[in-house]
Amino acid sequence: MDFTLSKEHEMVRSLFKEFAEKEVKPLAQEVDETETFPRATVEKMAKNGFLGIPVPKEYGGQGCDPLTYAMCVEELSKVCGTTGVIVSAHTSLCCDPIQTYGTEEQKQKYLIPLAKGEKLGAFGLTEPGAGTDAQGQQTKAVLDGDEWVLNGSKCFITNGKEADVYVIFAITGVVEKRGRLSKEISAFIVEKGTPGFTFGTKENKMGIRGSSTYELIFTDCRIPKDNLLGQKGKGFAIAMHTLDGGRIGIAAQALGLAEGALETTIEYVKERKQFGRAIGAFQNTQFQLADMATKVEAAKMLVYKAAMKKAEYATNPKVSYSTEAAMAKLYAAEVAMEVTTKAVQLHGGYGYIREYDVERMMRDAKITEIYEGTSEVQRMVISGALLK
Amino acid sequence: MKIVVCIKQVPDTKGGVKFNPDGTLDRGAMLTIMNPDDKAGLEAALRLKDQYGAEVTVLTMGLPKAEEVLREAMAMGADKGILVTDRVLGGADTWATSTTLAGALRNIDYDLIITGRQAIDGDTAQVGPQISEHLDIPVISYAQDIKIEGDSVIVERQYEDRYHVVKAKMPCLITALSELNEPRYMTPGGIFDAYKEEITVWGRADLKDVDDANLGLKGSPTKIAKASDKVRKGAGEKVTLDPDEAVSYIVDKLKEKHVI
Repeated sequence: MDFTLSKEHEMVRSLFKEFAEKEVKPLAQEVDETETFPRATVEKMAKNGFLGIPVPKEYGGQGCDPLTYAMCVEELSKVCGTTGVIVSAHTSLCCDPIQTYGTEEQKQKYLIPLAKGEKLGAFGLTEPGAGTDAQGQQTKAVLDGDEWVLNGSKCFITNGKEADVYVIFAITGVVEKRGRLSKEISAFIVEKGTPGFTFGTKENKMGIRGSSTYELIFTDCRIPKDNLLGQKGKGFAIAMHTLDGGRIGIAAQALGLAEGALETTIEYVKERKQFGRAIGAFQNTQFQLADMATKVEAAKMLVYKAAMKKAEYATNPKVSYSTEAAMAKLYAAEVAMEVTTKAVQLHGGYGYIREYDVERMMRDAKITEIYEGTSEVQRMVISGALLK
Repeated sequence: MKIVVCIKQVPDTKGGVKFNPDGTLDRGAMLTIMNPDDKAGLEAALRLKDQYGAEVTVLTMGLPKAEEVLREAMAMGADKGILVTDRVLGGADTWATSTTLAGALRNIDYDLIITGRQAIDGDTAQVGPQISEHLDIPVISYAQDIKIEGDSVIVERQYEDRYHVVKAKMPCLITALSELNEPRYMTPGGIFDAYKEEITVWGRADLKDVDDANLGLKGSPTKIAKASDKVRKGAGEKVTLDPDEAVSYIVDKLKEKHVI
């Protein structure tokens, strides 16, 4: 077992770090305050290959491993949770299922421009009545000649209005399973601008405020028959498999937020003086920092391990990384929440003020315990594997 | 077109500076970066490659770890990397360095050589022009813009409050300013590709037409009497004044200390 990063990974981290510091950090506060989608940053990331990191080169990507991708989301999230999730949702939730389940034609048409960053991707599974209960969805797709006709709506969709390509899930029928009727779900690729596809409410969120979170509405939205992604009726499996990968991205986002808060706090406690001493000289501060750093390191190990397990899957599809991804997301998200909360506490009153980064980081961290499977769902996945 | 860019791995000033007992920099113990002027030179070469088509080779002299800076350049888009490393070359000043690099360049086919104006560790701005003298080719220093026209380069050369437009027939050497451009980032895939490429490593024996008397610390006319890290001065004096009063106050202080 080797815990040392390769020289390539060290260099790629320095690249992401430099980019994050120079291009992302200066905008983070404004992006949050004004709820502005950082379009210019996304274009810069596209130019530098950040939007297709794990996609093979023949499909316009960088051909790197999942660990490299996770480190990208981590470094971006250290300075801006919004930017981290834009990359994560695009890569894990849109590029990945098209790469895994798409036909060659679909990969040529959609994956290449997505991986090159010419187009941005999103993923629509959640509905007002179907969150953790993904089976509870109502959106329907009916085949009419050479077209699927979609009706329904999706909510809380990351990259919502800014994306160009959407992976959308809808009911395509009813099947009998063990004597019970259940919904048959299929996956589709839907392009922005398709008649009948519109946007509803923009969500006003607690954190990751620059990410474009929208409701998607489908009203007799007709898409080509060929835009069915994977086999008809396999949508639920596609969604679950996609979320396994997505969880590594969100775990990396959570890790980055925790690391960012820790680094910011270390700097702060060296400078902030109370009772004539830097507050870092007080044992309470030291012990808090020690606990924060230890948990961040443990989270990092879980996130990197899950990413490396996903790399194994690339060469051997029998390998499952579902449990590792769930553990990484569960732990990293809870650590992010704990560490950012402690960071605010160590900043005292200043930590509660918007000018201070830790205030934003704490708000950004909360969502990592909720989206792409709540912490409770991760516990279900992990315990399900234990008791199988 | 074949372009060679000379680059140097220099201490990252954010990471602190360490010295050997002889006063030279302890390069093995410091965090390093690609010298900013050299990076601008590399970017200029890569833009010429994008625009006109070119093969870009990066050349550096340094410790074996200087390989990192070559990999970085290759991850940005350079095609080949050559590392000149040998114990006998250590402790070189500008004369010994330019002699060494010229000895390496005599083995390489080139139309254009680009170096940075100066390195942030030595700040001499001598190595580029010295290389051109060793190789007997024209040099245009302080380039702020570079264009190719047939077998010539047309360079805007920075000059105090204006610039000169200078044309030179290739082969020639250009020294680049960091203001020349905004260097591109590496790409993630480019980094992994760069580590798959082989770096050519040359030692003293591979240098062409050079005399041992001009190499390394022994071949360096520059003798360092003493070197030390910057010593922090006192906390200084803080005053709160209106802008107009502040200007007069500062001017008086500067006069008092005979600075102006």
